Amino acid sequence: MPQSEKYLTKSKTVAARVLGDEVIIMSTADSTIFMLNPTGTVIWQAADGNTPLSRIIVEKLCEQFDVPVEQAATDAEDFVAEMAAHGVLVVSEEPISR
Amino acid sequence: MSLLAEMTQKATDQGIPLSAHLDITWRCNERCVHCYLDHNGEGEMTTGEIKDVISQLADTGTFFLSISGGEPLLRRDCFEILEYARELGFSVKLKTNAVMIGAAQAARLKNLGIEQVQISIYSHLPEVHDAITKLPGSLRRSLQAIRYLRAEGVKVSITNVLMKQNVTNAKAVRLLAKELDVEFVVDPTITPMFNGDRSILNLGISNQELDEIFRTEEFIGNVGEFCAPVSEVDEDVLEGYSCSAGHTLADISPSGDVYPCVQFPMPCGNLREKSFRDIWFAISLRCRFPVAPIPLHWLGQAGVHPNSCRVRCQPSV
Repeated sequence: MPQSEKYLTKSKTVAARVLGDEVIIMSTADSTIFMLNPTGTVIWQAADGNTPLSRIIVEKLCEQFDVPVEQAATDAEDFVAEMAAHGVLVVSEEPISR
Repeated sequence: MSLLAEMTQKATDQGIPLSAHLDITWRCNERCVHCYLDHNGEGEMTTGEIKDVISQLADTGTFFLSISGGEPLLRRDCFEILEYARELGFSVKLKTNAVMIGAAQAARLKNLGIEQVQISIYSHLPEVHDAITKLPGSLRRSLQAIRYLRAEGVKVSITNVLMKQNVTNAKAVRLLAKELDVEFVVDPTITPMFNGDRSILNLGISNQELDEIFRTEEFIGNVGEFCAPVSEVDEDVLEGYSCSAGHTLADISPSGDVYPCVQFPMPCGNLREKSFRDIWFAISLRCRFPVAPIPLHWLGQAGVHPNSCRVRCQPSV
């Protein structure tokens, strides 16, 4: 059975700013601060609700960081799960309109 | 190093003011006896101009934005400005006396994802608070606003500015903050007026009272840590900046003047004439003070914490 796609979008409840090749994110719910590394930053910037994670991995992560797809996919899945758990990213199996 | 300190350092290294304080009006519905503004100002930027400034701050990399005044809610476009700032990803704090915040406004602030609403409460006693604000009923209205905000889950901070007339109420205000489930900040800073008038400094508490405040755990937390002797000046200190002026915090007036700090009344350019980036770059060059712009005798002043700033800078750069 094929794995379903994941679509990501930035939560409206966070504040965020790109600073160089990193992103600062602050949750307005509990004021937790996150600082994304360059890989996380690429995923964050690509999280437009319409681009599936699989495409972000292949077209952005693998291209920019020269890593194999499997490794990039594992890291990206972990990152997305963690950010979703903190309410920073919203994840859906359908494209997300804002 | 904490994540926030790390962020600040990275921003400073790149010449980015991570925080900005934007006064959208100097008009106010209170007339606080210690206020450093004369409330006349030199005109206010339009909604479009303010949005452009906020956009420029976002492009520069500023992340924390305080919308302040005067009383910012006196502007009809205050919520439009707050909404725009949130759309651009800022962590936004609103500094207000809150007397214009009802249930509907509290709900809007919650929906906007405002990080915190900061409200000055001078006393738990209406006769003391209202005498300071010169607005009858202001304590009742501010406290009601806090209840509305808390009911919506909005984070609130009470700032208790200490003066001769209210210093003895500080502990009661702290208890009130606890009861309202809000943050409590004690602020002994009375500064000269923006026009240079220093007469309001007479309202400030004595060094003896300040010394007592700075040695009371319920006001400042860990006394040992807070009152620790100043560490030796090493190479890191010499290479660092003595204060945030011109480095981590930009201050912008309602008419678009940019200052190196809220406490540093030296206009360095106007946003109606130049871009924020150009003005800030010039400021950061001018503010490369050596480490000792803070006169050493201040550090020895009774009760004054070396990291606190209780003066309005006299620009001499």
